Amino acid sequence: MGEKKTVLKMRGICKYFPGVKALQNVDFTLREGEIHALMGENGAGKSTLIKVLTGVYQKDEGQIFIGDSEKPIVIHSPQEAQNAGISTVYQEITLCPNLTVAENMYIGRTKGTGVNWSKMNANAKKLLDSLQIPAQPTQQLGSCSIAVQQMVAIARAVDMECKVLILDEPTSSLDEQEVQKLFTLMRDLKAKGVGIIFVTHFLDQVYEVCDTITVLRDGQLVDEYPIAELPRVKLVSKMLGKELDDLSDIKKHDDGDGKLHEGTAVLEVKQLKPTTGVSPFDFEIYEGEVNGFTGLLGSGRSECVRAIFGADKTSGGEVLVGGKKVKINKPLDAMKNGVGYLAEDRKRDGIIGDLSVRENIILALQVMKGFFRPFSRAKAEAFADEYIKLLQIKTASTNTPIKSLSGGNQQKVILARWLLTNPSYLILDEPTRGIDVGTKVEIQKLVLKLADEGKSVTFISSEIDEMLRTCSRLIVMRDRKVVGSLTGDELTQNNIMATIAGGDK
Amino acid sequence: MKKLLSLMLAVAMIFALAACGGEKAVETPSDPTEAAGLIKVGIINNDPNESGYRTANDADMKRVFTEENGYEASFAYSLKNDEQIAAAQKFIQDEVDYLLISAAGTAGWDTVLQDAQAAGIEVILFDRTIDADESLYVASIVSDMAKEGQTAVDWLASQNLETYNVIHIQGVMGSSAQIGRTGALDTMVAENDNWNLVTQQTAEWNAETAQQIVQAVIDSGKEFNVVYAENDDMAKGAVAALDAAGISHGVDGDVIIMGFDCNKWALEELLNGNWNYDGQCNPFQADYIDEIIDGLENGEAPAEKVVIMEEKGFDATTITQADVDQYGI
Amino acid sequence: MAKKNNKKGIGSIFAGLFRNQIFIPLAALLILVVFNLIADPSFFKITLGQNNAGDPILSGNIMTILNNASELAILAIGMTLVTAASGGQDISVGATIAIAGSVILRILCGAAGPRPETMQAPIIVAFLIACVVTMLFGAFNGALVAYFKIQPMVATLIMFTAGRSIAAWINNNQLPVIKDVSFGYFGNYIPGIPVPTPVFIAILCMIIIALVLKFTNLGLYVQSVGINSHSSRLNGLNPEFIKFITYVIMGLCVAVAGLIKVSRISTINYSVIAKDIEMDAILAVALGGNALGGGKFSMTASILGAYVIQFLTTTLYKFEVPSDALPAYKAIVVIILVVMSAPVVREKFGQLWKKIAPEKAVKEA
Repeated sequence: MGEKKTVLKMRGICKYFPGVKALQNVDFTLREGEIHALMGENGAGKSTLIKVLTGVYQKDEGQIFIGDSEKPIVIHSPQEAQNAGISTVYQEITLCPNLTVAENMYIGRTKGTGVNWSKMNANAKKLLDSLQIPAQPTQQLGSCSIAVQQMVAIARAVDMECKVLILDEPTSSLDEQEVQKLFTLMRDLKAKGVGIIFVTHFLDQVYEVCDTITVLRDGQLVDEYPIAELPRVKLVSKMLGKELDDLSDIKKHDDGDGKLHEGTAVLEVKQLKPTTGVSPFDFEIYEGEVNGFTGLLGSGRSECVRAIFGADKTSGGEVLVGGKKVKINKPLDAMKNGVGYLAEDRKRDGIIGDLSVRENIILALQVMKGFFRPFSRAKAEAFADEYIKLLQIKTASTNTPIKSLSGGNQQKVILARWLLTNPSYLILDEPTRGIDVGTKVEIQKLVLKLADEGKSVTFISSEIDEMLRTCSRLIVMRDRKVVGSLTGDELTQNNIMATIAGGDK
Repeated sequence: MKKLLSLMLAVAMIFALAACGGEKAVETPSDPTEAAGLIKVGIINNDPNESGYRTANDADMKRVFTEENGYEASFAYSLKNDEQIAAAQKFIQDEVDYLLISAAGTAGWDTVLQDAQAAGIEVILFDRTIDADESLYVASIVSDMAKEGQTAVDWLASQNLETYNVIHIQGVMGSSAQIGRTGALDTMVAENDNWNLVTQQTAEWNAETAQQIVQAVIDSGKEFNVVYAENDDMAKGAVAALDAAGISHGVDGDVIIMGFDCNKWALEELLNGNWNYDGQCNPFQADYIDEIIDGLENGEAPAEKVVIMEEKGFDATTITQADVDQYGI
Repeated sequence: MAKKNNKKGIGSIFAGLFRNQIFIPLAALLILVVFNLIADPSFFKITLGQNNAGDPILSGNIMTILNNASELAILAIGMTLVTAASGGQDISVGATIAIAGSVILRILCGAAGPRPETMQAPIIVAFLIACVVTMLFGAFNGALVAYFKIQPMVATLIMFTAGRSIAAWINNNQLPVIKDVSFGYFGNYIPGIPVPTPVFIAILCMIIIALVLKFTNLGLYVQSVGINSHSSRLNGLNPEFIKFITYVIMGLCVAVAGLIKVSRISTINYSVIAKDIEMDAILAVALGGNALGGGKFSMTASILGAYVIQFLTTTLYKFEVPSDALPAYKAIVVIILVVMSAPVVREKFGQLWKKIAPEKAVKEA
């Protein structure tokens, strides 16, 4: 490894925010043709390091070297980073959905004033084909799936002939097939000598493609390891800074091995027909039960729970809460019937960015309590403090705007919001997406704890492992239809896969 | 500061105004049968809602151009030049005998007036002039704002005060009324040592702004004995400030109050001795036009191309109820 | 150690202050005060005099500012809510003030023609009817914005364009004058009370909005909806209704401001009453450091912004800036203030302060 040329060296990087030391004396080295995983819990400083490197933030101390150069460079803006050969693909799509695919790939990169459209489209087509990205150059980007949009963003970065490619959580919205495609692409680039920084929460993926791992914790460098020298358990313990009980310690909730529950369902829907294009479906959940919707991206699992919560309109069917028929036309109706819903898209449907952690926590309960009965400041503080402690939310104060928290902590705040409403039935739609492994485990444990307390939870996750660990029943969806329901012994990875795939069954 | 933000909106407004401007509707006469002997006139005016002056002007036109007086009149209203020009074109197609225009803007009328001339239609301008060759219209009946100002300043000079410390409240800067009414006073102040301007500010025809300006002068403790406001609203605002400060005004008061436009309520203030002077801006052009048309029908061209209307200035000591009723608008 | 802590405290307090929304209007006010103190200390003199009716009144520039900023402060309340919830501004307030004023005068004149000797209806009745009318117009604006998703500026452009004609139409294009002195109390002085009534009305409105913000969730709801209407909906809020209701509240503010305006001169001029006041109201919101794109707001900062604008106007009158140069002066001051109140610039100020301050607060910690 040692003789490989370095393409990027960061030495003694420090970055301070008011009241927080985000990075302290961090070193990072990237070599030619290397896929380098940057690992760490939420708030460990991964994003900050990336942002310093890409010129979004200015470092307070330290030096950055590109290639063999002995002269440190200063990066003031993403544009400068790009010129220095550093390209980035972010977790959230940062392209323009209303432009075409080709325009997105070349925007801001054309020289002079004129644009040769046909040439641009031809080039884009060539690149898209070579990467096997299923998109047309002239297609509007917004009409592509999130996964394709992500791939277009990577294509754009690749085409800029970068020496350093940063992939910040690129796989969080891709399905397995697409991830494989991406990996192929990454390996191609690696062979061409590009250094790739790969930020992800998926341990499997790290071990699949990466050569080297750098671990950060609390803004400090833990160390850099060749992948062979750091087995998973050790990686996790390095990230958490303690020996963690293995993930497998979470035992599946034992609720009688999927036997039919006695009594009336906490919530039952009959032939509920969402207007979002999902076929009418039946669904019920009992006290203390954890179940889940599973299926590929776009199979309609979110649409189902949104319909139950009243987030989308329905055009037929009925909803029974505790055996009594109720009308759920809007989220407030569901909330008043003891249903809570943590939405899939945290940024769009979860956080109220500029409001404080406190306000974000009390919001749902406050709305239920009513317009004319606001909580006193003291009461709100007490609620916030209670849940910050309970869920170990890392925030400077209850007054901090939620948008300045890391993704995992934002998610915990939203969880706190719904726990505070004391729902009898809680729907968690992708609660673990894009958050660190430690928090994932915490959330899974929390789900099981809630079930023990007699609450019902619907848990949706792209990671089947996670669902298997927590759910006692899985509703499988394919092509916007419910195609099966698995309980007890049927709950195996293979079984689920087969049901999702359908066909020869 | 308003300008700054207005600019931002200006573009948006242009679109919306185009969509919302419902005032250009052409009122066709109620009786379409062409009675023999009626003279067809097309009258293009500004929106009567624009001001009290315009309301009075429109009412005066409607008073004179009636069937009883031998006219078949059609009216078109708009505050926008292009809409007015479109209305003129329509009148030309309708083959009116006379086209009476109070133009919203001064430019862009040449072509349509040439068309009118080609169609043998006589054009008479009223209230406002335009930038076009004189040969394109037979007469224009206008107010002379400078003369209004001169009349008022002459009246003020005739009061023979020892010193004149004048608060001068101007209208919207650049409007013809402001320029005319300011000019005479500026000249007087420049030429005479005993005439001083305590302050000279625009209140943009707005009563409350005038009130604030006068208030600022009072608060600063400066001496003054004349308020020269370029319209009645602003004079009223100024008086409100004086009242609040316990300063007497009007006939026998410490401060002379002067206004313009001869609103009925303003003339009543004169009658009650609260104000001293009000200058007329004569909105009653219809009789002048009627006279010219009469002459033209008898083959007599008007003696002068530009007819300047007679405009009075009323003095609180001589005004009568009859004046209020006749000249108040 | 104690000393070091102290220094750090000052540093971060100042850095924090620069970031605080209320900083800009406060600083602007302070600069205007200092400027006037240096230029002419008598600016701040308040004297007790008598008006022409023989009643005692307080006068002086400060009273003038407090008096004349009243309508603007009241409108700033509504404009702040509208801006925060809908991410746009209501540009029709000047025109709807004309409507409110016209309605009040129409009711007071009743059937007795435009210059009645006595008022034909109690003022409170006229005012309440005006409230209903302007709230309906507010509802019209609000419905266009909230339910038909029309850009606020475009939606309110309709009333902006048509409002003054409607106001003129209400009174058949006549100019009513109310002779009863008691009608003038709302815009001038109540006999025996030396402080102008609009000041009390504005304070009353501020107290009401403060109580509303404290004892209801208006602030929380409006901000939530303004920041993220998607998640607000999933938290049980009705974003459309909340946007809608802010326009109705704006309508109420307009009615109050309209009452003061027509009461000041006991008559109305449809084309100039409250002219351009919507721009000043928007400016007050911007000066308060509130994002015109909606979201978080500070009511106090907006109201302070309104007083800054009036302070500036009065200062310019006081120093007799020539008429033709007046808009330019105002524009320059406004540009400076608005640029300074931009969050980006405030952030920079905060950083700058940290740099010039000798200690690096965070690093030492």
